[in-house]
Amino acid sequence: MIEINGITKAYDGIRAVDDVSLTVESGEIVTVVGTSGSGKTTLLRMINRLVEPTAGAILIDGRDNRDLPGHELRRAIGYAIQGYGLFPHRTVAENIATVPKLLGWDRRRIDTRVDELLSLFRLEPAQFRARMPHELSGGQQQRIGVARALAAEPAVLLMDEPFGALDPIIRGKAQDDLIEIQRQFSTTIVLVTHGMEEAIRLGDRIAVMDKGRLLQFTTPAEIIAHPASDFVADLVGSADRAFRLLSLSPVDDLAEPGDAQGEPIDASASLKDALSEALWSGRAALPVARHGAIVGRVTRESLIAKAGRPQ
Amino acid sequence: MSPGALFRLVFVVVLVAFLAVPQAFAPVFAPFASNGAPAIYTQSGLLTLTLSHLAMVAVATMAATVVSVGLAILVTRPAGREFLPLSRSIANIGQTFPPVAVLALAVPIFGFGPIPTLIALFLYGLLPIFENTLTGLTTIPPSVQEAARGVGMTALQRLIGVELPLALPLILAGIRLTAVISLGTATIGSTVAARTLGEVIIAGLISNNTAFVLQGGLIVAALAFFIHEGFATLETALARRTRGALLI
Repeated sequence: MIEINGITKAYDGIRAVDDVSLTVESGEIVTVVGTSGSGKTTLLRMINRLVEPTAGAILIDGRDNRDLPGHELRRAIGYAIQGYGLFPHRTVAENIATVPKLLGWDRRRIDTRVDELLSLFRLEPAQFRARMPHELSGGQQQRIGVARALAAEPAVLLMDEPFGALDPIIRGKAQDDLIEIQRQFSTTIVLVTHGMEEAIRLGDRIAVMDKGRLLQFTTPAEIIAHPASDFVADLVGSADRAFRLLSLSPVDDLAEPGDAQGEPIDASASLKDALSEALWSGRAALPVARHGAIVGRVTRESLIAKAGRPQ
Repeated sequence: MSPGALFRLVFVVVLVAFLAVPQAFAPVFAPFASNGAPAIYTQSGLLTLTLSHLAMVAVATMAATVVSVGLAILVTRPAGREFLPLSRSIANIGQTFPPVAVLALAVPIFGFGPIPTLIALFLYGLLPIFENTLTGLTTIPPSVQEAARGVGMTALQRLIGVELPLALPLILAGIRLTAVISLGTATIGSTVAARTLGEVIIAGLISNNTAFVLQGGLIVAALAFFIHEGFATLETALARRTRGALLI
């Protein structure tokens, strides 16, 4: 759990972060979204003390983050950044092993952990261990960057626009990977992004920042349905908010008993995909399948009703 | 074997052979010696002079490396940043001060011998290494520096583990420049009794014997070529290993 209490950072009297308080629960993904200059990165960097706050305090699992020297604190917190910052003179394995080595793990434990992480990110260890970063594609570099951040099994992972440089398809896969890994290890993640789309897709809760202030901190559904201000509403965008809302829930939520014709849709697919399929194929209802077996149907009526502004 | 490698091999063999048995090359230089003067310099052994010349360059270059790299590290730390302009001035003065003037000033203090030459070479060698190290240390990609801090490296761990290795190709380029410049400059040391290949050239100039001037000059040029090649190969190998450094 990360408790941010009244944190302020001023540079020459100008407040980059202005009295922000929020609590990130253990095992939760919180996305911090805002335009450039909103203070979101500064807020993130104060959690691992790459930036020291002017006022306020940050508690990680109840301990003030100033209890430890900065470098020791940072070894216990994963950190993945835009541009990845892989060490260009070190192999992939050496990059991933950075923090375990700083912590003095023994050789065998480090090697095991490196191979484990490479496999986790679908990179064949024997093939990738000895490669240099410049021999990797952007997507592979990004995965090594996250693998390095996770190497010492941190309870908290901070990410600063980690997918910013990836093309849309690779980014989508990287985001899915992150969600999967987070579920597997229940890592607490704070992720900074400038894209509301990404914030909605990844965040259990979203913190919207502007000019150093926290404007709203709540669930994606709540942000879409009830933006706290015009600025937040602009960030969410009004054009496709109905679809964004639908994209947050699985078909399972609206499945009902009954029959329907044609190709079934998977219960874990999003409502948005279901509506899109219903409209495209001109069907009033789609069969819903779970693990290959038909368990009911979802109707176009109910999908459309669900897309309306929540009351 | 590539033509380049073959050329180098032949070059080395010729140089070594010449230093080992200079008299065998007398017919080559004879046309340049006038009035029946000897074609090959024999007052001192050419090999001895070459080794002494190289030793002097090596000592001066190493001293300049230690001081320049040390200074560059110092002025790129947060605590030393205010000394950056001062240290730049010192290195620049070393470069603008003519080595001959250094000799003239140093001889009254240290007397004749190798010391004044070493001082001149040292001062003259500071700037290239200092500037290159400074460039290397200040052009580390920001994302790499951010990551190095973010994973919890201390300032010393960042310097030794990340900054210096990434700056190494540039530092080597600086040392190469200094070594090659010193190799040529060291010849003037013979005017104040330092034992360098300058002795052969000066003897040739005094006795109007072009053969001496040529053999002294050619040995220095060959040495400069090999030192340049050696460093350049090392730099390329290092740079290839970290080719993506500026892209990542």
